[in-house]
Amino acid sequence: MALLQIAEPGRATAPHEHRLAVGIDLGTTNSLVATVRNGIAVVLNDEHGRPLLPSVVRYHKGGGVSVGYEAQAQASTDPHNTIVSVKRFMGRGLKDLVDAATMPYQFVDAPGMVQIKTVAGVKSPVEVSAEILKVLKARAELALGGELIGAVITVPAYFDDAQRQATKDAARLAGLNVLRLLNEPTAAAIAYGLDNASEGIYAVYDLGGGTFDISILRLSKGVFEVLATNGDSALGGDDFDRRIYCWMLEQAGLHTVGDNDKALLMSKAREAKEALSEHPQVRITAVLTSGELIDLTLTEQTFNDITESLVAKTLLPCRKALRDAGLKPADVKGVVMVGGSTRIPRIQAAVGEFFGQTPLTNLDPDKVVALGAAMQANVLAGNKGQDDWLLLDVVPLSLGIETMGGLTEKIIPRNSTIPLARAQEFTTYKDGQTAMAIHVVQGERELASDCRSLARFELRGIPPMVAGAARVRVTFQVDADGLLSVTAREMSTGVQAHIEVKPSYGLTEEEVKRMLQDSYVHARDDMAARMLAEAKVDGQRLLEATRNALDQDGEALLTPAEREGIVSLMQALETALAADNLKAIKQATEALNQGTVEFAARRMDASVKRALTGHRLEEIDV
Amino acid sequence: MPDFNRNHFELFGLPPAFALDRAALERAYRDIQSEIHPDRFAHAGEAEQRLAMQWTARVNEAYQTLRQPFERARYLLELHGVHALDDKHTAMPADFLLKQIEWREQLQQAKADRDFTFLQRLESETLAEAERLERQLQALLDERRDYAAAAETLRKYRFIDKLLSDIGEAMTELDIP
Repeated sequence: MALLQIAEPGRATAPHEHRLAVGIDLGTTNSLVATVRNGIAVVLNDEHGRPLLPSVVRYHKGGGVSVGYEAQAQASTDPHNTIVSVKRFMGRGLKDLVDAATMPYQFVDAPGMVQIKTVAGVKSPVEVSAEILKVLKARAELALGGELIGAVITVPAYFDDAQRQATKDAARLAGLNVLRLLNEPTAAAIAYGLDNASEGIYAVYDLGGGTFDISILRLSKGVFEVLATNGDSALGGDDFDRRIYCWMLEQAGLHTVGDNDKALLMSKAREAKEALSEHPQVRITAVLTSGELIDLTLTEQTFNDITESLVAKTLLPCRKALRDAGLKPADVKGVVMVGGSTRIPRIQAAVGEFFGQTPLTNLDPDKVVALGAAMQANVLAGNKGQDDWLLLDVVPLSLGIETMGGLTEKIIPRNSTIPLARAQEFTTYKDGQTAMAIHVVQGERELASDCRSLARFELRGIPPMVAGAARVRVTFQVDADGLLSVTAREMSTGVQAHIEVKPSYGLTEEEVKRMLQDSYVHARDDMAARMLAEAKVDGQRLLEATRNALDQDGEALLTPAEREGIVSLMQALETALAADNLKAIKQATEALNQGTVEFAARRMDASVKRALTGHRLEEIDV
Repeated sequence: MPDFNRNHFELFGLPPAFALDRAALERAYRDIQSEIHPDRFAHAGEAEQRLAMQWTARVNEAYQTLRQPFERARYLLELHGVHALDDKHTAMPADFLLKQIEWREQLQQAKADRDFTFLQRLESETLAEAERLERQLQALLDERRDYAAAAETLRKYRFIDKLLSDIGEAMTELDIP
């Protein structure tokens, strides 16, 4: 299925009529922005032609922020202030993060959502995500030459209400008008052009960096109807990396390592995983801060063994989704693979085996979600006619309230098509009771305490009556974004008490306003001063790293002339730093970077040799 | 465009009966959604958008109700003024309850033994009972119009419906596709 099939030919509107809208895939590992241009969905690249923006945000001392490749490059040197995979923290409390102890961050347990302490202050995952979105917004506005009227932001289908609300808050904070929160597998289904190419039942298997979704859709006459969805919002490629990381520690006989080494080894683990999709085995080498060398060979077989339980963990949701849809694997006409992690051969094999067919991998699994989101954004922006597709999506997890005895009473069952409103009546259990506490929960478990708590509120002003006489009608409303609002009202008397709640986990209107104001103030301060500060930090870090390297290996690996050359480059940088001259600092930093390339290469070679022979460096000829 | 005062059956142009033309329901649902879904009003005024939302919610609710036999029967009875699942109707025939207890115990045992084959047998047995009750509901609701008896059957059906979904849950939890 080519994208061309779904792009409607000859429908290009005049530039001044075309309303600029984008689809944004806010991913755990990478984020993308796409738009529909001349009827064809395209991913917008950065100024270097790169489509992906690593979802990495680094906070600098003094307030600077770097996002993307630049931040990613510093993840192992500044792990505490470089936030990777922030999506896993969205709408999550500290107790939800089972592996918090293995992460380099200083978490602050705030009510509703965890926060992270950085050199630039305490940051909420919503703020961190907003930094990623701001970069994508700027990229889109530059490429499209105008202000966006809005964006469709994708979320994992299995995201609960708290995670969705947090995502929407992040978009608002980034100054984006959210046209719709769209489920990632559904976006992928659109981009695959299934509406035109096929009719029937399709499964979308979406294994991203930190989340897993399976959606079962029925495609019929341009209607995409999600029949069931399931997943695990804390399972993804990151977990495969972590398995490799743990295996590396075990093989190297290490119990714990520092945060810098941890970040280094995690990135080595990710590289190894990616390489294994192309090669039967991969060599992993790394030099720890202690100077110790890690040199291991990971085979595909070992990788499959240590990650087998993760693969199996994705098949259970597949079974559940099929059962909820009332279908069998044989009923599925095609399985669409989405998310970078579906490049893992073992996953393709396992999914193929489960559904009894070869999965569809003909579109780039990294881009397909953003492309689908762009198409939906184009529709919602009003750039298309009425003869298009229609999406009917579902709520992934049951919504209900806690009843007497701590049990969950489901009001909206999982896989109900949205938007949806449903009311249920409850009554008082004590004579003269004038208030009723209402605890809104989401999840499938019978005990309310095992479900996610979304909101608590109290309905007051119920006229005193005998137990069981009051009629309290609780109405749940889920909008097209999958977001819930709850209303409670006493029905039996003329006096009506009425309360509308906004779930408590998200940011309040005041908080969002304050954050927006902060960012405006921030934007107004001297741009040049910020760039200078950043350049100085970078220059100083390079100086320090070079000094350490010279101390360790300068004598053994460099000729006196080479050493002098590096030292003079260092002196030039020191002079530039002292003079506070931005241009000079940048030039001197770049010169030192270039001047130490060969030295760094020799250091790595020597480390490898040393590890292979067990000899000390002094004994090796260079 | 749907009318808020119509009942669920009228909304989809279907006869108010337990027997259901599933294909007709699905066709009607899709056709209506195509007209009223909020996505169709994304660039309309706020009021229109709100209305589209309300209507879609209403149509979704009607669709969910009619497509499930249990909800459909309960809704039909309500249209006839019978609230089958009121708290006052808690007494069930003893032999029926004993059979339930037996099935429940078998389910627990099969889960503990991780016995997939037994779960399959239990499922087909329960499914047969569910189908029997559905036929009974159809006869009582559509032909004999004996709503009191239908309400009693529906209360039994509720047990079976829940048991079936629990068996299904147990089967998916076992590591067998």
